[in-house]
Amino acid sequence: MLVKLIPELGHFALIIALLMAVLQGVMPLAGAATRRPLWMAYGHPMATGQFLFIAVAYVCLTASYALDDFSVANVANNSNSLLPWYYKLSAVWGNHEGSVLLWSLMLAGWGYAASRFSGGLPRDMVARVQGVMGLISVGFLLFILLTSNPFERLLPNVPHDGADLNPLLQDIGLIVHPPMLYMGYVGFSVVFAFAIAALLGGRLDAAWTRWARPWTNSAWAFLTVGIALGSWWAYYELGWGGWWFWDPVENASLLPWLTGTALIHSLAVTEKRGSFKSWTVLLAIFTFSLSLLGTFLVRSGVLTSVHAFANDPSRGLFILVLLTITVTLSLLIFALRAPRVSHHVSFSWLSRDSLLLINNILLVIMTVTILLGTLYPLILDSLNLGKISVGPPYFNALFVPLTVVMCLFMGLGPVARWKSMPASELRRKLWLAGVAALVLGMVLPLIYTGEWNLWASLGIVAALWIVLPIGKDMWDKTRHGSSRLAGLRKLSLAYWGMVLGHVGIAVTIIGVAVVSNYATERTVRMAPGTELDVAGYQFTLRELKSRRGANFMADTAVIQVRNIESGRGFIMRPEKRFYLATGMPMTQVALRPGLFRDIYVAMGEDLEDGSWAMRIQYKPFVRWLWLGGLLMALGGILAIVDKRYRRTRTADRADVARSPKTQEAVL
Amino acid sequence: MTPKRRQKLAVILGALALAAVAVGLTLYALRANINLFYSPVQIALGDAPIERAIRAGGMVKEGSVVRDPQSLDVEFLVTDYVDELAVAYNGILPDLFREGQGVVVVGKLSTDGRFIADKVLARHDENYMPPEVSQALEDAGYSPADYQDQPVEAAKRE
Repeated sequence: MLVKLIPELGHFALIIALLMAVLQGVMPLAGAATRRPLWMAYGHPMATGQFLFIAVAYVCLTASYALDDFSVANVANNSNSLLPWYYKLSAVWGNHEGSVLLWSLMLAGWGYAASRFSGGLPRDMVARVQGVMGLISVGFLLFILLTSNPFERLLPNVPHDGADLNPLLQDIGLIVHPPMLYMGYVGFSVVFAFAIAALLGGRLDAAWTRWARPWTNSAWAFLTVGIALGSWWAYYELGWGGWWFWDPVENASLLPWLTGTALIHSLAVTEKRGSFKSWTVLLAIFTFSLSLLGTFLVRSGVLTSVHAFANDPSRGLFILVLLTITVTLSLLIFALRAPRVSHHVSFSWLSRDSLLLINNILLVIMTVTILLGTLYPLILDSLNLGKISVGPPYFNALFVPLTVVMCLFMGLGPVARWKSMPASELRRKLWLAGVAALVLGMVLPLIYTGEWNLWASLGIVAALWIVLPIGKDMWDKTRHGSSRLAGLRKLSLAYWGMVLGHVGIAVTIIGVAVVSNYATERTVRMAPGTELDVAGYQFTLRELKSRRGANFMADTAVIQVRNIESGRGFIMRPEKRFYLATGMPMTQVALRPGLFRDIYVAMGEDLEDGSWAMRIQYKPFVRWLWLGGLLMALGGILAIVDKRYRRTRTADRADVARSPKTQEAVL
Repeated sequence: MTPKRRQKLAVILGALALAAVAVGLTLYALRANINLFYSPVQIALGDAPIERAIRAGGMVKEGSVVRDPQSLDVEFLVTDYVDELAVAYNGILPDLFREGQGVVVVGKLSTDGRFIADKVLARHDENYMPPEVSQALEDAGYSPADYQDQPVEAAKRE
């Protein structure tokens, strides 16, 4: 009979987790303020317990899905007995309640990790980090329990079967995209907690930055992968081959990514040079606030998209209040405490310091412009000033030029030296790379297609300008030593991380530039026997079939594709599916992926005289978009495993013992 | 003023000027790229600008969708149950486009009163009603209950 009680067990587990989160939010902070080690010691067990109980709740909800318990409203609304088992498991986060539960689970997971791997940090610092994590957790657990209970029952009228998961979400992309994105969003809470703890404790030194950097990098890497997966999912799942729509929901994920990127760079300056301290803390606060804003936009239903599951005003209000409290409180703490941690370090205008400053300014400007374009329609609407939408031209008009300017400085950054360097040295290091980037950027598009395109060239010049100086820098760095290979091995992992991150951006930029300017799209009417040439391939519709899938019916087109030059051919089978439980139609795209080009065929509509509208697209270099994202994430991870961060643990302990302030805290 | 202060002042003024230019450009870009929403009633009253990018929306009128047999041209009527708007489009209609369902079109109003659509948006969810459309219907004197609880006619295909 315990099986029948699974939802209630989950509900109770959530309540226990909330109580633990309250203790975790109050005791360590109070203990750190009054210097009571016993109170501070509450932090770790509560973080562990909270994680454990939320995990229990999560497993309970998953079990309800797996066992088809349609008496649970959440399961009845989002699952179906015909749904394959893996979609039943991923359907848990394919809806509002479940996704907030996943959010909280990850928050608790990060909180546990931050608490577990904090050996070597001063005890009051750890206690404050745990306290802040606990308070954030309280907010989200309250949100679940008060407004979005996933365990609500439909009693006594239990439906026979569920309403099924939205067919757009029945896909491998959806299985992995939300968890990755959430790991990123939520991961920034750790950095945020570190920042607040540093403000409260008045301790913001190189050791602090060495602690904050791996957490920032990992959250950022997750977010990068999450965004790339989202773009990839939209590309093949929405059926018209776009990969970025400047949809408010996409913008919501891009905003913390931009400030997170700025934070990574600003942390580098703070660690190496001891400057930018207040700014780093402020960025940490902004990044997490923007993550919360993203959650608000996506979860509140103020935006309408595939992500908006429910339009319940009380939910939107709750997150808005949570967001306001977080921003106000943290900015207040910042205003009161920031001067204590600031520290003046001088640098010249030509130095890595100032280049990173410019990088930060540009990233913040990008963030502000996107934020404005995203929020402007919402603000006007809430003031009853009319319903407007801000289209992609706005975002492109601002984001593209800013990115180009950014690339200009990205070429300089990695080769510049800290504090100051003579302009002549920079010129000597870079002139060859600059000339090569310009020439190659102009010539490559001509060789590739035979027609010159300004924007594609600009993109390639920018990408080469990022990559070539790094290549030159590595060449110079490996010159001394027994061999080049030995030299390469000597480079630190953190350096490799930087290289991969920057190369990743360059790869993405090439992808964007080429696919935006050289993609071919044809929308055509096809009946069996129709032949058509698109971008060097011949498409022939052989026949139209229909088949039955697990929970859908499908019309399938069998299309013979032949490369006109080489004569080689293959078959593509796009489908139009009709999902039985929801009655929703869905386009299943046929893709022929390749590193240098994708062929993309989607069925449009049945034109009722035996012919179909079809969308045929040739997308050169489109894979590079996401490949670049993966490279960036890999770079972020690589930098974490650098031995610098491992060695500091023991070094820090020595620091800590010597610092009078922490001794005080230990006493 | 000491030279150092003067330098500081110059930096601050420079930053302010840059910020002003940035805000100005942003607002300009924003103004040039905003699409206002109009309902069929408003368009019939002549409130909407001609030959400018706007959005319009309402319900697709039952039986009004006409396909050209040779090409992918399609025409349909969008209604708020008071006035109707003729929409012309070339291309593939979204999966959830259906007669009797809410739709938002993006495009320009031509001089002959037809709406030339570049984009037709029907949303991702069967029960979804674009907020602009439900607002327009409410303004036209219909309560949401009049159209929201209609049985979904998707099962027709079986």
